[in-house]
Amino acid sequence: MITLALYIWLLPLLAFTIQIFLGKRLPRKGDWVSVSAIGISFALSLILFIRMLSNYSPDFQVTASVPWINIGQFKIDMGIYIDNFAIVMLMVVTTVSFLVHVYSIGYMAGDPLYNRFFAYLSLFSFSMLGLVLFDNLFGIFVMWELVGICSYLLIGYYFEKDSAANAGKKAFITNRIGDFGFLLGLLVVFTAIGSFNLSDVYQGVAQGKLSGGLLTAAGILLFCGAIGKSAQFPLHVWLPDAMEGPTPVSALIHAATMVAAGVYLVARISFMLSFDAMLVVAYIGGFTALFAATIAITQNDIKRVLAYSTISQLGYMIMAMGVGAYSAGFFHLVTHAMFKAGLFLGSGSVIHAMHHAMEKTNVHEDPNDIRLMGGFKNKMPATYITFLVFTLAISGIPFFSGFLSKDAILGGTLAFAMSQSNPVHYLLPFFGFTAAIITAFYMFRVVIKTFYGEPKRPDLYEHIHESPKVMTVPLMVLASLSIFIFYTLPSFNPISAEQGWYEQLIEKPASAVSAQLGYPVLEISEQIEHSAHVNGMMISILFALTGIALAFLFYFWKKVDVEALTEKIKPLYTLSYHKYFFDELYNATVVKGLLAWNNLLAWFDSNVIDGIVNGSAFIMRHFSSFTGKFDLGFIDGLVNAVGDLTQDVGQSVRKIQTGQVQYYILGALAGLVLIIVTVLI
Amino acid sequence: MNSIIPYLIVGAIVFVLGIFTIVYKKNAVGILMGVELVLNSVNINFIAFAKFVDTGIHGQIISIFVIILAAAEAAIALAIILNIYRMKATVDVTQLNKMKH
Repeated sequence: MITLALYIWLLPLLAFTIQIFLGKRLPRKGDWVSVSAIGISFALSLILFIRMLSNYSPDFQVTASVPWINIGQFKIDMGIYIDNFAIVMLMVVTTVSFLVHVYSIGYMAGDPLYNRFFAYLSLFSFSMLGLVLFDNLFGIFVMWELVGICSYLLIGYYFEKDSAANAGKKAFITNRIGDFGFLLGLLVVFTAIGSFNLSDVYQGVAQGKLSGGLLTAAGILLFCGAIGKSAQFPLHVWLPDAMEGPTPVSALIHAATMVAAGVYLVARISFMLSFDAMLVVAYIGGFTALFAATIAITQNDIKRVLAYSTISQLGYMIMAMGVGAYSAGFFHLVTHAMFKAGLFLGSGSVIHAMHHAMEKTNVHEDPNDIRLMGGFKNKMPATYITFLVFTLAISGIPFFSGFLSKDAILGGTLAFAMSQSNPVHYLLPFFGFTAAIITAFYMFRVVIKTFYGEPKRPDLYEHIHESPKVMTVPLMVLASLSIFIFYTLPSFNPISAEQGWYEQLIEKPASAVSAQLGYPVLEISEQIEHSAHVNGMMISILFALTGIALAFLFYFWKKVDVEALTEKIKPLYTLSYHKYFFDELYNATVVKGLLAWNNLLAWFDSNVIDGIVNGSAFIMRHFSSFTGKFDLGFIDGLVNAVGDLTQDVGQSVRKIQTGQVQYYILGALAGLVLIIVTVLI
Repeated sequence: MNSIIPYLIVGAIVFVLGIFTIVYKKNAVGILMGVELVLNSVNINFIAFAKFVDTGIHGQIISIFVIILAAAEAAIALAIILNIYRMKATVDVTQLNKMKH
């Protein structure tokens, strides 16, 4: 089991090494190396997955570790921890990664840096799988940074474009802010418990080594990492710009896996979240879900709509973690990975077609702009049908995967609000349900504008054609994975996954905090949970259909004049269109503030610090010239005087040495006489 | 003659004469003779002290040693003087001032 996991993990690393050094010289620029590595990883994950299904044990776990640092009392072990949770995650990562690799063969064909693209994809797969497998927070942190650097490299893949290079930097720097919190959280945990290992941390928290405010702080600090990586408010600004990267990258990294790493981390550390920390997590997630959805309504770049949709859906998952619905949140991660990767690959297929049409007609406009599309369903049937499936899934329509997981989250949120005495907590289901309407609305807005209606640009429309098989087949696979049946087996209930393998195998991790006294503990009774789920399901189906109906009213039947409505609510529209001016706000405060602060520091450096250095040099020089004179005049004079005196004395005394032995004898006698006389007297 | 004083007086006179000879003679052989005088004055003293102070015969034994020593010393010294004479063709010690400053 461990060996299998190691192969799954290390094969992409091997592919990366081969690709980065030899890729250019290999036939087909070596794409088959990366694709087959991840393909084997995928097959091995499938073996693990089938074993998990045949085992059917919710508490299954395997660990193996080796000592990594061992200095006296200071010990860190590195190891692998496999449970059902990790296996499902492995399955998700390898599936999406494999499909994206295959898709990229078509999408990236003819790119000058083709081999490097595949090398980065392999490196990313390796890092992401490591992040899933490590049994300790430190290893997770290392892999966390590695996926960050892969994200940076792939966003800035078209680095000759300024906007892409800047987007890469923005993503990396924004992530650093979150990662700083993560690092602080690690230090708090290590200081209090003395180990990074998750099970040791669990024991430590359960024994009360880390408690009270510090426990809450540690939870929130670790969550900061997730805020950055999962693009939650207020660090969400990097994800829309990350769409500068190639579309397969957006699908793999910025929709399905890396951004979900934040959710995965929160799920892994959920046992140590105190009630206060959970509230922070829930509110940040809930707010982000609604906030990002409202921005997505007005965007015209197809990938940006999907990016805000991703932020919004990640907000859902984070909110689920915060209200204690861990398995629901993780379930949404799984289903979302499939349909959102599909949406991105579908949009990539559209953009690919647009790009080629523009090249043929020599038009230089943004191929991502949905205002230039329309009526594509006849030209690109495979892309259209799969895109529609993904859209239905994300909107939460029964018979599709998104419905199951979104309903579980909304039900969990509602149950949380119902179990709390404070009515303020009804804000959370409010966020969730409102975001559900808006999600259905903006997703169908994109579908209608892209695939329905009359072509906006007949000149381009003529040259639109379906993408090659290598791109449409991954779309079909992902589309079939967005059908409910893969998640509800062995039962065939389209509206509930409760009897499905997922709900049976993934258990909510036990909280270590509840073992400590004096904490408000989150307990939701069966009855509340049941009624919340039934109500939540009704409301969410109703809301999703409302959203879809609104979208058709606005954009298909054109019953409502969108332009006029936009004019009427101009301020709101402007706010949403400009993403609530967050980029401008950060530019004005953080960037400008940092620049001003740096200028101040530079001034301080060149005036005060340099002044001190120069001043001390000046003083030293003068002092040295004085001491030099003193040295030459006084000290040397003294030394010379001693020498001269010795010489003079020697000169006069040497005369005594006559060489006449008789004089010496006389001297000795005189001395003897003197001694005798002295003694006698 | 039951007093030690006359012996000591004689010894002192011989000693002074010896020293005087050593210091004033220019001839190296004369200085050697002065040395013999000094040694013999010491012998007189030894014998005198042996008779009047010490009860044993230590003084006499040492005297015999000194006489043998003197003979040996005279032989070596004469050999040195002969060599000096061969080299410098003189035995005048005022001429032998190689160790002068």
